[in-house]
Amino acid sequence: MELNREENVMLEGGVEKTSSPWRNIWSELVKNKAAMVGLSIIVILILIALFGKYLMPYDPNTGVLAESLQKPSSAHIFGTDEQGRDIFSRIIDGTKISLRVGITAVAIALTAGIIFGSFAGYYGGKIDMYIMRLMDIILAFPSLLLAIAFMSALGKGIDKAIIAISIVTIPEYARIVRGSILSVKENEYVQAAKAIGNNDMGIIFKHILPNVMSPIIVRATLGISTAILETSALGFLGLGIQPPQAEWGSMLGAGRGYFYNAPHIVLFPGIAITITVLAFNLFGDGLRDALDPKLRK
Amino acid sequence: MLLQVKNLKTQFKVKGGVVNAVDGVDFEIDRGEVVSIVGESGSGKSVTSLSIMGLIPNPPGKVIDGEILFKGEDLLKKTKKELQNIRGNEISMIFQEPMTSLNPVFTIGKQISEALIKHKNMSREEALKKSIEMLELVGIPSPEKRVKDYPHQLSGGMRQRVMIAMALACGPELLIADEPTTALDVTIQAQILDLMLKLKDKLGTSILLITHDLGVVAEVSDRVVVMYCGKVVEKGTVMEIFERPLHPYTEGLLLSIPRVDEKHDKLFMIPGVVPNPLNMPKGCAFADRCHRCEEICKKEVPPLVEYEGRQVRCFRYLNHKEGKV
Repeated sequence: MELNREENVMLEGGVEKTSSPWRNIWSELVKNKAAMVGLSIIVILILIALFGKYLMPYDPNTGVLAESLQKPSSAHIFGTDEQGRDIFSRIIDGTKISLRVGITAVAIALTAGIIFGSFAGYYGGKIDMYIMRLMDIILAFPSLLLAIAFMSALGKGIDKAIIAISIVTIPEYARIVRGSILSVKENEYVQAAKAIGNNDMGIIFKHILPNVMSPIIVRATLGISTAILETSALGFLGLGIQPPQAEWGSMLGAGRGYFYNAPHIVLFPGIAITITVLAFNLFGDGLRDALDPKLRK
Repeated sequence: MLLQVKNLKTQFKVKGGVVNAVDGVDFEIDRGEVVSIVGESGSGKSVTSLSIMGLIPNPPGKVIDGEILFKGEDLLKKTKKELQNIRGNEISMIFQEPMTSLNPVFTIGKQISEALIKHKNMSREEALKKSIEMLELVGIPSPEKRVKDYPHQLSGGMRQRVMIAMALACGPELLIADEPTTALDVTIQAQILDLMLKLKDKLGTSILLITHDLGVVAEVSDRVVVMYCGKVVEKGTVMEIFERPLHPYTEGLLLSIPRVDEKHDKLFMIPGVVPNPLNMPKGCAFADRCHRCEEICKKEVPPLVEYEGRQVRCFRYLNHKEGKV
């Protein structure tokens, strides 16, 4: 029955146009306005991160104390902070930190998560048990609390913040990967891949993983915004990025004492974080819809 | 002899005990021969084929005894690596479900190329060229274009052709076809069988055909192995089995084929059901369903008896001289 229906579809549809799945996903993504807004913001942020130093009107790290806590004006469009540094320049300078943290932390967590998750899902049994219990232990702690604990063990610094944030998010990726692998590994094409002489690594990484990439990619884009938020949180607490390096979270943290007199100090870094997180979320949402053939019109 | 399976035993550990899915199976395949293993669901025919490929999922399954001699070498004694070099190269396999046996994210060209790159050290371009040749060989129109298609763009019959192209790309000496036509509709079934036979003659591949469809067996095989509950119950040439089945189970199977030239109100059916694999009867596994069952059948497992140059697992032939039953 199933087959006949499929074959009828083939006959009625005639010869389908040959197209790559990536092109399909792209054309689907272009239709989604929210996702395109998200993507444009991400592109702009990346450009700012790359060429920011040409855009900064002032040195982000040196201020003129006499000009501290100034309201936004034509000289300082976002105003100045408590040390008289130009907030606009500092936000531009902080972009590369936030993006770098977001992208590297997710890349590390994703790689580790894919390795743990696919071994657990593919081999099952004891390997699965050990890996997933380890992941459960990490998940049992609130992620920010655990990140703070790692930071206090590792010491301060941006690289350590990246490591801490990636470790605490590994379980999320591992679980998604494991679940997806469980759902496809019983398919006959996996057995067919074995039957033409593939080894386990070839089967996992070449035949199974490409079939489960969509939930993983989506989780990763959404994960970037979480990672940026967590770096900001660590920065706000004085961990992570060290002064005078500008970072949105630590700018918020440093400005909280002046909130009533000079709200612009926290307002602009806050807006920067919100926009970035929103952009990645919008893009991630759109990507999820585009990757799911059932949602395609 | 290309393949000799001797006393093969494969077990599965399941909740509540151990299932002997394959319990002492012997058979052999000569070069250029088509041998069919016939049996109903759960008779151990697919497990036999997976055991030969070394693809029994472990745990829960395991080959516990026997030998699988391929060109005189025991496959069960080979390392994982050696087996990977044999699979897809010297022995390959096609599966039952053409809809799911191709990887949906790769073009069919890439999937056929894979084995060629792996086993024949071909470059990507050479492999793609050979893939196009293979697609042409299995009768896919405009193969240069089709090679770039994804599996979802092909129909079931086309996909099974692609599977055959994939399996035969490296020129294997043995092709194991596990119910290759079961999921296809009848006209396509005939085409696929025809194609397999044609390619067998052209490439000199031996075929081990796993099926429950006696029509398919009659059409393509040289010899037949009938299995029931993990054991071989009868072996013989196609002519022998269809003209004069010895085992009551084979007899029943043949009687249950609907025939168009005779008028029946009801189809023949073998009474009863297959025994629970966790709770096998003490004697012959078929005893409860057999219309010739005797006292001894319920007490002892019958041996495989030599009778008129054929082998059959039934007490009736044990003490009788040839031609007297």
